[in-house]
Amino acid sequence: MKKIGFTVFGVVAALTAMPSMANAEKLTLYCSANEDWCQVMARGFEEATGIDVAMTRKSSGETFAQVKAESSNPKGDIWWGGTGDPHLQAAEEDLTAPYISPMRGKLHQWALDQAASADDKTIGVYSGALGYGYNTKLLADNNLAAPACWKDLLKPEYKGHVQMANPNSSGTAYTTLATIVQLFGEEEGFTFMKGLHKNINQYTKSGSAPIKAAGRGENTIGIVFMHDAVKQAISGFPIKVVAPCEGTGFEIGSMSIIKDGRNPESAKKFYDWALTADVQSRALEVNAFQVPSNKSAKTSPSAPDMSSIKLIDYNFKLYGSSAERKRLLKKWDDDVSTLPQ
Amino acid sequence: MRGTSTKKTTLPTSFLWLIVGWVGFCLTPWYGIEDGFFSLEWLLNGYPFEAEYAPALFLILSGKKLWLAPLLPLLIVPLLVFQRPKTDPLHAKILIICGALGFGWLIAQGFAIGLRGYTFGWLETMAGPLGDRQFGMGYGAMLVASAFLFIFTQGIAARGAVNGDVFVVGAIGFVIAIVTAFVFYPIVNMLTSAFITEDNGYSIGVFFDKFTDKRLWGLGCFYGARCGAAWNSLILAILVGASTTILGLVFALVVTRTGFRFKQSLRALTVLPIITPPFVIGLAIILLFGLSGSITVFFSDIFGITPTRWVYGLPGVFIAQLLAFTPIAFLVLIGVVEGVSPSMEEAAQTLRANKWHTFVTISLPLMRPGLANAFLLGFIESMADFGNPLVLGGNFDVLSTEIFFAIVGAQYDQGRAAILAMVLLVFTLSAFYAQRFWLGKKSYTTMTGKGDSGVHPHLPSGLAIPVFVIATLWTLFIAVIYLMIVYGSFVDLWGVRNELTFKHYITAFSIAFDDNGLRWTGSAWDSFWTTLEIAIISAPLTAGVGLVTAYLLTRQNFAGKNAFEFGTMLSFAIPGTVIGVSYILAFNVPPIELTGTGVILVVSFIFRNMPVGVRAGMASMSQIDKSLDESSLTLGANSWQTFINVILPLLRPAILAALVYSFVRAMTAISAVIFLVSARHNMATSYIIGRVENNDYGLAIAYSTTLIVVMLIVVGILQYLVGRTNIGRRLNQSRTNV
Repeated sequence: MKKIGFTVFGVVAALTAMPSMANAEKLTLYCSANEDWCQVMARGFEEATGIDVAMTRKSSGETFAQVKAESSNPKGDIWWGGTGDPHLQAAEEDLTAPYISPMRGKLHQWALDQAASADDKTIGVYSGALGYGYNTKLLADNNLAAPACWKDLLKPEYKGHVQMANPNSSGTAYTTLATIVQLFGEEEGFTFMKGLHKNINQYTKSGSAPIKAAGRGENTIGIVFMHDAVKQAISGFPIKVVAPCEGTGFEIGSMSIIKDGRNPESAKKFYDWALTADVQSRALEVNAFQVPSNKSAKTSPSAPDMSSIKLIDYNFKLYGSSAERKRLLKKWDDDVSTLPQ
Repeated sequence: MRGTSTKKTTLPTSFLWLIVGWVGFCLTPWYGIEDGFFSLEWLLNGYPFEAEYAPALFLILSGKKLWLAPLLPLLIVPLLVFQRPKTDPLHAKILIICGALGFGWLIAQGFAIGLRGYTFGWLETMAGPLGDRQFGMGYGAMLVASAFLFIFTQGIAARGAVNGDVFVVGAIGFVIAIVTAFVFYPIVNMLTSAFITEDNGYSIGVFFDKFTDKRLWGLGCFYGARCGAAWNSLILAILVGASTTILGLVFALVVTRTGFRFKQSLRALTVLPIITPPFVIGLAIILLFGLSGSITVFFSDIFGITPTRWVYGLPGVFIAQLLAFTPIAFLVLIGVVEGVSPSMEEAAQTLRANKWHTFVTISLPLMRPGLANAFLLGFIESMADFGNPLVLGGNFDVLSTEIFFAIVGAQYDQGRAAILAMVLLVFTLSAFYAQRFWLGKKSYTTMTGKGDSGVHPHLPSGLAIPVFVIATLWTLFIAVIYLMIVYGSFVDLWGVRNELTFKHYITAFSIAFDDNGLRWTGSAWDSFWTTLEIAIISAPLTAGVGLVTAYLLTRQNFAGKNAFEFGTMLSFAIPGTVIGVSYILAFNVPPIELTGTGVILVVSFIFRNMPVGVRAGMASMSQIDKSLDESSLTLGANSWQTFINVILPLLRPAILAALVYSFVRAMTAISAVIFLVSARHNMATSYIIGRVENNDYGLAIAYSTTLIVVMLIVVGILQYLVGRTNIGRRLNQSRTNV
């Protein structure tokens, strides 16, 4: 009952195309970055190698769910992009396979650290710092002062103006929660989250939704990854990006080979290819402002300058683990999300 | 199932199925082929000896997969039967035994032996490790399974069940088999996960823990916090059900009982929301009423009010669902309102009831079945709606989105999803039974077939004026929404750069001519063609299965008919998200391995939309007098010939309704689809979600506008193909019975 070719047309086309299709190499790519970037990666790899790429774009949470659901019979070969936690979780649950790429020498240390904390089952491909962005027009309309620090967001005048994603559904928001806990300590961190809760107008489902809403003028301040905010600013929306003064956490966008995939050789080729400087430089074509993991890849002048941002020493191993994640999320659910606003 | 007359012998039919079984066993590859059966690559790659492509017979002969061997004698024994007359009891007995054993063994081995050898621990402890494994079943297995199934039903028929009618028994067996495989099995499979603990044990405690969660049942909204998703869903669904029914009634009354001049355009306008992809209405509402929406800004400029985010939450979702589902209520109600016999109303007026009195005591009560149906449909649609709460929900969580995020969220809690699904199912099924209870066993029949040339009285003016005003305002509102949608697809960046451009259409649908000839370079073509293909394939299948089921339900009597009806209607009450999740869990592993294929999309559409085909078919068939069938049967036709030559031609309106509905649904569905799309089979709606997520509203709206136009064209073609002969009048009627 499997894979019924669809129309008579399809059969005829398949018959005529048969000689070229025999033994063609294939790759099924699960992509968790933006659609444009995913297209660049998929089509670029096809052009570079002649390997036929079938790509699905889903958020990292959705992809993780899919990889897990398919684990007894994996359909995908490689999972590229998306925030690092689900990749670490997949490694922890043994859904992905270890691989040591010959490209490793050319990468930043943080990319290798990511690999080390997952027994080489994943690797960093880009990174981006957490922060927030605000809509300059709405801020002026409401006579609000421009915020610069995390603690500024607790001020009562921002009530109903701040948006962040729900940490239960978004990796970005979980990174925010983990960052706040690491920055202020657990006790004070949760007090911060409770204070923030009073000002939040909506917990969105998707991680970058708050800044997109801010871009459209549906929200004033959105807590997101800074590169997402930069992208909105570059697209022409009145958005200003803020790196919080207390310091901030960051994500490492990752790549993993899916365990027992059907085309492991193609997957490794893609893995090495995706770590080259040329490929990583192409992120600029699609306005992706993350910092690439290859040291010689080009970065944009509009991208947030990681060296000038105060970054915390984010413990990916601890906060990426299922147990700690469940504990923090439960605590947030019980202590914060149910409070009246 | 081409049968000869039951009066002679069953030999040709069962013999035909036996041949099918032999073909499946000896010639067709037994297991599913990774690159697709119809690429026919397997013919060149070592068929029939290569284990991956080999038919069962070759596998057994080369000493592999020996658990398939018991099927062989079961295919041989029925061959001996054909020397005996059909009346010989042994004949029926052998067919029944071989069919049942073969079918049972096929299923048992499929579940017992999976990708990693034995699937059940006790089998392994009993028989030792298997050292072999098997993939999902392919066409070979499918042919053999259907052969066994129909040999079994032939046997049952030969013993005299349902008057020995081969076609009817076969059809019942077929529908039961597919509904079990594609509705009950995945749902039960999914619901059991509500009881699974983290370490894969089973426990009732887990169920109650998650069931009593305050995110589900909390009543915080009465003291400033938030209510649980279950209450939110219930409140919203009741509101939407009631409001769509009232609005639908208003429109139906305007069209039938006032001198309203633009009835045709009103009808056209009500069809629009049905063929609108999800999100689009939600997006248009944001663009109008959002914090920076056109209307919000306009009013805040004039009156100096501070704009708020009032639209996010219950109000926004409510408005969007009202827009989307009122047409369904209208289509249900117009048939009923038209169907109320004018003679009754005339009689009342002759007896000196005034217009108002007549309306309240005669017309309205006679519309009760329509009102109940409309409410039920609005209620269920609202419960299952996924797109609008996603875009407009704000902090107003409803069950359908919660299910989605329980699965894809950072927590990945399948058990929670299963429990939420149960709650949702209980709500929808209770509504279903409440409706039946309310209607009771009263008769609402007013169409007697006798002369009925009366004219509906006009509405009492006290009612006519408000009805007219509401209808006009609402029509204007819909018109504005759709103008915004079309306009939005031509605007560069809504609210920021308002110059007109074709940019979005070019990105999505550009084509190029180069050395390789025509190339579809636009980013939307892939998903566009897939969507069209899948919609075109699933529409006739859905209509077919639906109408055969309707035929069985209205025309035949058999044991367990009520349970049968419940089973076929069940999938309508199950929200798409639940279907999607359960399908990916059930069909990712052998014996039926479908994830990542186009087939799983087609299958999900068939079983999601089949109930509508069933309903349309039942409604039309109950209008066709049974004496027509009887005279056909008396003249020597069997039930298959009767179905094809007599009933089917009379069913054109129902066929059209089923075809149109399933086609449109396949083009616009999102909730189940989002789980089932894959790299090679991406659908338009899931592509559009991606664009919406990316703030790419222009492209999303441009794509949706294109889909609306395509659907209008296809629906037009379908109307032309199915019903050239004089169905204009009845078309409307059948639609309304949906």
